[in-house]
Amino acid sequence: MGTAEKIVYMDNNATTAVAPEVIEAMLPYLTDYYGNPSSMHSFGGQVGSAVSKARQSVAALLGCDPEEVIFTSCGTESDSTAILSALRANPERRHIVTTRVEHPAVKNLCENISTFTGHKYRLTMLKVSEEGMVDMEEYLSALSDDTAIVSMMWANNETGVIFPIAELAKIARDRGILFHTDAVQAVGKIPIDLSGLNVDFLSLSGHKLHAPKGVGVLYVKRGTAFSPFMAGGHQEHGRRAGTENVASIVALGRACQLAQEKMAEENSRVKKLRDKLEEGLLASVPKSLLNGHKQMRLPNTANISFEYVEGEAILLHMNRFNICASSGSACTSGSLEPSHVLRAMGVPFTAAHGSIRFSLSIYNTEEEIDFVLDKMPAIIANLREMSPFWPGD
Amino acid sequence: MWEYTDKVTEHFENPRNVGQIKNASGVGDVGSLACGDALRLSLKIDDNIITDAKFKTFGCASAIASSSALTEMVKGMTVDDAEKITNEDIADYLGGLPKEKMHCSVMGREALEAAIADYRGLSLPMAEGEVVCDCFGVTDLEVRRAIKESNLHSVEEITNFTKAGGGCGKCEERLSEILRQTISQGLKVVSVTHKSKRMTTLQKIKRIEDVLEREIRPGLKMDGGDIELIDVDGDFVIVSLRGQCTDCFKSQTTIKEYVEKKLREQVLDTLIVEENK
Repeated sequence: MGTAEKIVYMDNNATTAVAPEVIEAMLPYLTDYYGNPSSMHSFGGQVGSAVSKARQSVAALLGCDPEEVIFTSCGTESDSTAILSALRANPERRHIVTTRVEHPAVKNLCENISTFTGHKYRLTMLKVSEEGMVDMEEYLSALSDDTAIVSMMWANNETGVIFPIAELAKIARDRGILFHTDAVQAVGKIPIDLSGLNVDFLSLSGHKLHAPKGVGVLYVKRGTAFSPFMAGGHQEHGRRAGTENVASIVALGRACQLAQEKMAEENSRVKKLRDKLEEGLLASVPKSLLNGHKQMRLPNTANISFEYVEGEAILLHMNRFNICASSGSACTSGSLEPSHVLRAMGVPFTAAHGSIRFSLSIYNTEEEIDFVLDKMPAIIANLREMSPFWPGD
Repeated sequence: MWEYTDKVTEHFENPRNVGQIKNASGVGDVGSLACGDALRLSLKIDDNIITDAKFKTFGCASAIASSSALTEMVKGMTVDDAEKITNEDIADYLGGLPKEKMHCSVMGREALEAAIADYRGLSLPMAEGEVVCDCFGVTDLEVRRAIKESNLHSVEEITNFTKAGGGCGKCEERLSEILRQTISQGLKVVSVTHKSKRMTTLQKIKRIEDVLEREIRPGLKMDGGDIELIDVDGDFVIVSLRGQCTDCFKSQTTIKEYVEKKLREQVLDTLIVEENK
């Protein structure tokens, strides 16, 4: 696909465009400043300073100390490191609590934990309501003296539903249980201040907030026992071996600064665009419905089901207009069943297969929203015309 | 993103023969909303010739393209010729389908069969049989047929073609059992001709080794065991079980019910298998 083509990109929960400011900040570390931050000469040392500066920017966005920030290769690595570290720190505890709507990075690790630890664990996967919220009562009754870690996402990648992390983490802390949150979708989109929270581990991913792919962060609260994921050099104070991905770390630092500057815009202008898109679609397309809690939701995400049609077919018709989005349908999930998130929420099959996720960013414009609102009704009507289940308008 | 051929994309974007024939001669309804794809094929048949075909499909691009292709293929055909269309024919017509999408072409073939059966006033044989995969409602007959027709060799391929095993995955063991049975049935036909022949000990050893390698070892290995041929003396075949099988309380049953049976079927029906303790 030619780069000159105008792309209407509404798939920012999948990945984001690297911000021009970010590219500008990282480029010198791919050209002139190629030194190793661990070197004893000042040519390398100056690169080390750039990494420290990036660490401060990440810490500023998260409301934590720079020493609590460990750079990793991605959100998945951060998730695995946190959960496996917590299990090693509490070898006598053999119970994990998580939810049914976690990202595969957490879900697949927890479901196959014995492969990675060599031990059997009891796993509680908390149910969610129709709106995608956890049930506090069920959460409370799941926790026990045997629970080693609770891992719950801050915001859901498919629906944007936000969990009450402050409250959930406090409940775990009060019972002496470690708490991890996969905040890959939340960081940069909603304000986060870890200073007052009982969160022990937090994962984030650079490419979800306009930094490049291949860099992430694991926040580890000061005082929380930690053991590294892989063995090797002393980088990241011995907590994450391997020569630093300097240019991407610098990029992530810059991206975090930008996210902080644009947080208000994300939560006002972007949210308005999202609401316009969502309300417009729900009004113009019959038998369409919103998936996820209407209020407790990221400002950029709208997950809408179009009943009686299938998601992949919708996406490929949108693709003809260069509109990019995602679907929770079976055919796009790479499996034969629709999204585990929508199924956990009890979204009926008639709607789950036809779910489309629109996820916006600060780069989207009102014209783009109007363009999508103009194209979608005909796409859906056309496919419904073809559907044996469509009862007619 | 899936790599679709230009022909799939073209049929998806400009589907032929969408709709439903009024007073159709035969209608085939397959799939369901829960499964994620469904097809209603209606045929108009005059003098045993399919004069019109229309479809309605709920599903992905390849499901829509397969349905559209099918209607184009059958128009003008005699019912007897149409009956011979396989899912591979539909996929070939489209220049191929991604392997994970082959079940879309199977859905086309099933709808065609159902429509023809409806025209003839018959019930569908495939719907009978025992449901193996509860998630997608696939019967053992459908699985066996796909294994034979499309020459499938793994559970993953069965899932790609029939969807069976693509949900909770609980039926995987049953699917591999059906796979083993179906493949060995196919082989039996070939081996019957050898059965009554007189064989030298060397030929016997060679053939026994072949059967062990092809049919018995894979099954035992899945359970963490293995088998080795120690000696062949006349009709006596001496084997030794290894790994998990060594102290398995079922080892005697394995030898008699499984190994001996297979060897008798495929090598010589007078063989007696003994374990070397």
